Amino acid sequence: MSEAPELRDPKTIAGLIREIATVSEGVGRKVTLMEVCGTHTHAVAAAGLRQMLPPGVRLISGPGCPVCVTPVDFLDRALALADLDATTVCTFGDLMRVPSSLSSLEKAHATGKPIEIVYSPRDALLLARENPDRRVVFLGIGFETTAPTIAAAVAEAEADGVDNFLILPGNKVMPPPMRALVEDRELKVDGFLLPGHVSVLTGWECFRFLAEDYGVPGAVVGFSPADVMRGVADLLRQVRSDKAEITNLYSRVVSSQGNQVAARLVDHYFEPVATSWRGFGEIPDSGLGLRSRFAHRDASRIEVELPSPHEPLGCACGDVLRGVIDPPECALFGTACQPATPVGACMVSSEGTCAAWYRHERLTGATK
Amino acid sequence: MKKTPERLLLAHGSGGRLTHELVTGTFLPALENPILSSLSDAAILPELPPGRPALTTDGFVVDPPVFAGGDLGYLSVCGTVNDLAVAGARPLWLTWALILEEGADGDLISTCAEGTARAAAEAGIQIVAGDTKVVPRGKGDRIYAVTAGLGVVPPGREISDTRIENGDLVIASGPLGDHGATIMATRHGLDTGELTSDCAPVSGLIESVFEAGIDIHSMHDPTRGGVLTVCNEVADRSGKRIILTETSIPFRPQVRAVCEVLGLEILGLACEGRVLAWVPGGQAERALEAFRKHPAGREAAIFARVESSTDGEIPVVMETEVGSTRPLDMLSGTDLPRIC
Repeated sequence: MSEAPELRDPKTIAGLIREIATVSEGVGRKVTLMEVCGTHTHAVAAAGLRQMLPPGVRLISGPGCPVCVTPVDFLDRALALADLDATTVCTFGDLMRVPSSLSSLEKAHATGKPIEIVYSPRDALLLARENPDRRVVFLGIGFETTAPTIAAAVAEAEADGVDNFLILPGNKVMPPPMRALVEDRELKVDGFLLPGHVSVLTGWECFRFLAEDYGVPGAVVGFSPADVMRGVADLLRQVRSDKAEITNLYSRVVSSQGNQVAARLVDHYFEPVATSWRGFGEIPDSGLGLRSRFAHRDASRIEVELPSPHEPLGCACGDVLRGVIDPPECALFGTACQPATPVGACMVSSEGTCAAWYRHERLTGATK
Repeated sequence: MKKTPERLLLAHGSGGRLTHELVTGTFLPALENPILSSLSDAAILPELPPGRPALTTDGFVVDPPVFAGGDLGYLSVCGTVNDLAVAGARPLWLTWALILEEGADGDLISTCAEGTARAAAEAGIQIVAGDTKVVPRGKGDRIYAVTAGLGVVPPGREISDTRIENGDLVIASGPLGDHGATIMATRHGLDTGELTSDCAPVSGLIESVFEAGIDIHSMHDPTRGGVLTVCNEVADRSGKRIILTETSIPFRPQVRAVCEVLGLEILGLACEGRVLAWVPGGQAERALEAFRKHPAGREAAIFARVESSTDGEIPVVMETEVGSTRPLDMLSGTDLPRIC
């Protein structure tokens, strides 16, 4: 459980900061690096790493928080399902407070709608077993890391004939939006800190296109302060020497091919589909839909009435998720939109970029 | 003679024979003292010792009601006693009312009654009045307790956030978050291993620090909301800035591990047997020694300092172990585990 102490050692960090400063001077221009994992967002903010970087390095967050990238119509659908007779909706807690077009799961729960917080898809499956007269819908969100556990729950439901267990598929995969990011003209990313947890599942080879097709380097890194800083140093060195490779600095857990067993399990039940990302719109092959032979478990096929999707007025979550702006550049940040009263999805989850900035990076009472 | 019923019936709260049996068969044997045993409508107390009376009330709804290191009964006494103690009062008497759910397990009620008795003995207080109600199945969660506590602040003692001064140092009486981590881990089916709740009365510990002649400016028990909430409230009330040093904050490795797994903010975890004490900088080392001399304060540590606050600055910050500074805000909403 515990990581090597040197990964948090102030002397190690100070050494890495000096190295980063030296390389940054060698580059001679401002370099923008992006992390695309909610746990990185949180780790960077909690350790205050951004303030330790030299002015020549801008570290931004991308679409790495699963709750944040989930579009508003997914929540509208979830709420509509909770309105149906004999239907219970099960969700990870993070999604509860994300605003839908007209409400939120939390507000609907307070009015008595059958919405349950679960900690794993299996908990939802258990609820389905215990309540055979109710339809139990699990809101399947997350990235490559949660997909196998959802697939495993579907497998178990199939094997045991738990016919009242359904999924509302909302899982996403990371490489396609990264392609969208490097093709985005508004944004210039010089290198990516690649998601450590996702890479355990996918392996690091799936990110090679960044370097080979677009000349953008990437480094797979873990989550300790030293892990992140080593990644920053590595990317800067690549930028300085005009190289673009995918380096694996998290080899203590990440391989080139990832977890093939998990990949096969996911592939058996799910297939790539186009899906919508908050801030990005629809991206081909970026989502996981249930294969048609499991249509009986697919809650997105249930007819429901949906409101016209409506994002909160003035919310800039989309621009934050694409790294176009930092949270304080949003007019609502820290004023109308705070962790206690979130307007946008990025302020809700602790992995959300805005929540992480709000909680960990404001050093003055004025939030601008 | 064991009279605790196997399962609670609505009739156990009706005020009739079954209520009487529950009181005399389960609660009185555990909590026995002359004032309670009189079973009169109101407890008639001896005259108060000199000083100012301190009165507090609290409700207890913990899930699970029995956990490593305590139970709802034990917790209810500790929580009440500690609220009095951190206000500078010597706790004397408590009332104890139970709201039970129809069908609740009799063993659970016995366990909580015994826990209450144990905590009362440890804290040197008496339960002098009680009440029992039973609500229909599904209208409550097995067992809730509501208490009131009466104590006396001895003459000359003044504990208040307004006394906090620049240069004060903040002592934690022991590792933080053990209680919160134990409860969250149990709730999520994690093996807590050797981790147990810190739940305990702190009145004895606090008295021993006063006896050592320490002029404690202010004290709080970091219960719900943990250190985050206490420090933010204290900063607000005192108008001072509080700066925590990450490497000095005492946490057990198991507590860190639970937070990693469940994605919890470690500084927001509750304690039920710890004190945070603001003491003059010049007395801090002596105060630390006094804390450590007492069995309940052996692992005490100085973890924060007080500075003057300037307009626009975030009032509570932490100097991190890697050398940066970050703001510490109160938690918003329930601290829900992250999903990846």
